[in-house]
Amino acid sequence: MAHFEKAKSLNEWMDQRLAVNTIKRVMQTEYWIPKDINFLWAMGMVLAATFGILLISGIFLLMYYKPDVNLAFDSVNYTIMSEVGFGWLWRHIHGVAASLVFLIIYIHMFTGIYYGSYKKGRELIWLSGMLLFVTFSAEAFSGYMLPWGQMSYWAGMVITNLFSGGSLEAYGLVEWIRGDYVPGDAFLTRFFMLHVLLLPLAIIGLIVLHFGTLRLPHVNNQEGAEIDFEEAAELYKNGNHKEAKVIPFSPVFLSKDIFVMGIYFILFFYLVFYHFEFAMDPVNFDPADGLKTPAHIYPEWYFLWSYEILRPFSKDLGLVAFAIAQVIFFSLPFLDRSPNVAPANRRGLFHFWFWLMLVDMLVLTFMGKLPPTDALFANIGLVAALTFFALWVALPIITKLEKKL
Amino acid sequence: MNKELKIFGVVAFFTLFLYWGVEPYAHSQMHKHVEGHNFVYDGTADIEEAEAKLATAKESGVKVEKAEATAKAKKEFWASVNKISKLKGNATAGEAGFAMCAGCHMDGAMNMGGVIPPSLEHAGSLYEKNYLIALIKNPAMASNVDHKYADTSMHPMGSISSMITTDQDIANVVAYLQAKKSGELTTKEAFTDACGRCHAMRYAKTSQLGDTPKFKYKKDELKHQVKVLEEQDLVKAYMGKLPPDLSIIIRARGEHFLETFVENPQSQLAGTSMPRTGLSQEGYEKVKEYLTEVGDPSKPHREAVGPWVILFFIIFTGLAFLWKKEKWHGHH
Repeated sequence: MAHFEKAKSLNEWMDQRLAVNTIKRVMQTEYWIPKDINFLWAMGMVLAATFGILLISGIFLLMYYKPDVNLAFDSVNYTIMSEVGFGWLWRHIHGVAASLVFLIIYIHMFTGIYYGSYKKGRELIWLSGMLLFVTFSAEAFSGYMLPWGQMSYWAGMVITNLFSGGSLEAYGLVEWIRGDYVPGDAFLTRFFMLHVLLLPLAIIGLIVLHFGTLRLPHVNNQEGAEIDFEEAAELYKNGNHKEAKVIPFSPVFLSKDIFVMGIYFILFFYLVFYHFEFAMDPVNFDPADGLKTPAHIYPEWYFLWSYEILRPFSKDLGLVAFAIAQVIFFSLPFLDRSPNVAPANRRGLFHFWFWLMLVDMLVLTFMGKLPPTDALFANIGLVAALTFFALWVALPIITKLEKKL
Repeated sequence: MNKELKIFGVVAFFTLFLYWGVEPYAHSQMHKHVEGHNFVYDGTADIEEAEAKLATAKESGVKVEKAEATAKAKKEFWASVNKISKLKGNATAGEAGFAMCAGCHMDGAMNMGGVIPPSLEHAGSLYEKNYLIALIKNPAMASNVDHKYADTSMHPMGSISSMITTDQDIANVVAYLQAKKSGELTTKEAFTDACGRCHAMRYAKTSQLGDTPKFKYKKDELKHQVKVLEEQDLVKAYMGKLPPDLSIIIRARGEHFLETFVENPQSQLAGTSMPRTGLSQEGYEKVKEYLTEVGDPSKPHREAVGPWVILFFIIFTGLAFLWKKEKWHGHH
């Protein structure tokens, strides 16, 4: 065993055994963040906080939730809502957070796209972030099954049916996923397991990876400027706070994050107390009934754009389009052929590409919820879906043509 | 700072636009709009409905005569209801007529023809005047479910027309109900009288047989359960399906849907066997209040806790801003 001196303080005692001072230095006081940033750079910590809220509220709900087709609905809607002290608060927090986490994810993603934060050296940041997006999507879907209302049941039916692969008619695979011919008890309990164990574990692991990928290439800045971090850090440590292009993660960067979080929490709790219905579809307050299909089946808002890419095409084509749409964002660092790391407004055609993509995804989102029986909506949806793919085909071409800055 | 606000403006704009598209706009397109009539029953809605059906029948050329007859019958029926409504009823004379009602509408009544006759203790305030007149005149027409009885069975209350025959008698009975049977009622009573004979509310521990008692012995509990099941079978046979439990219907349906559906079920769900219950505005408010108490019990808690939590975060944000200002001092 190594030699230990008698410690003079608790901090020293901890430092001898756990190197807490080194950890603090490496992770906080000498983890350098560029100074030229705006509030969008706080979205990462806002996401981490929202995930924390989901985790804590989820633990409270888990104590009373019953994963059984006969008990699930009432355990959520009666036990948690009327019998458990503040059960309603935890449920509304969980529901609102599940919706807002996607809003922030999309803001975070489009921030990354706008400032080119996925370029050479930062590919893994983007890829691990996309893995988080996919895992969060699976987490949201599995959680949506748990109250076992009409939308839980029918969304579960529709989404698992996708795995039959259209004309491949792989119904065996669908049954294997469901553990039954239709969504039932086996289906509910396995999605329960996914929602409360496997997927949260994966998310926590991926968050660690996502933070890890930031370490060497460093966080991007508003101008996409290349910074000599060692030189800038020396300058900062010598007390030259004004000239240094960097700030320490803690407390300087964090102080702004917490202020942004405060504003976010005002909005968040306003929604929790006064406007939670947007996150809790009324249809899901009818118990699951396999003999009664709801008039409109639609996913939560954050899946609508990809749902609308599935809808306007024929069965097989729609599935292929849907599958591509799910993974296409992974390829962004490789399809963008321009070496420029700069905000989109300085990147010529890419500037148009960015705003077109944003507006197109909004249009897809709107159309995804509207009844496709209306010819106008269906046609707008089709055009928007085709535009989505056209934009991805155009991306390597327009970025190849882009002038080097 | 200005740049930050500009960026914030862009983010806020797209967020609000997104919200508008997936919530208010999408819902306005998904659900048909039904005009409400403020819980006044003068036949306007029913006649419009019958005329719309007649127009469709003429277009397709199918069952035109039947549709014509229905439209004509509706007009005549509601014209006579509106006529009776103008008569001055005599409450004292109405008491004698009411005695005939009380033969079936009594405490502990049994299922008659599919459903247990409701208590009329608060009928004068719970139900609207015109509706009461219409109901005595022709129950199936009043409830806008005449299509159900067109060529099969008789309405369980069908025999009323042979008991209270003249227009003046009807006016008298309704005058009696309004004078003597319109005391204050609790929200729960409103629900039980108007809805509770067909709809259970398991979160309030009530069934079609009323409150579920507490039992000391399991066998008594099971006996009661069997009775409930038997009653539900009768309702099911009469209605075609067991009417849904209403425990959290207040969260499962929008305000506008519930209001217009209760006023005239056919308007939102054409062909449904649910009768119009004829609630007055006051009666509906009571029922809605009860549905909220049971289906959304956290409402008062939300209103009590909400402002404090938000105040906390406003103070939190203010302090965070001061901290940020201090930490960033000398950085620019």
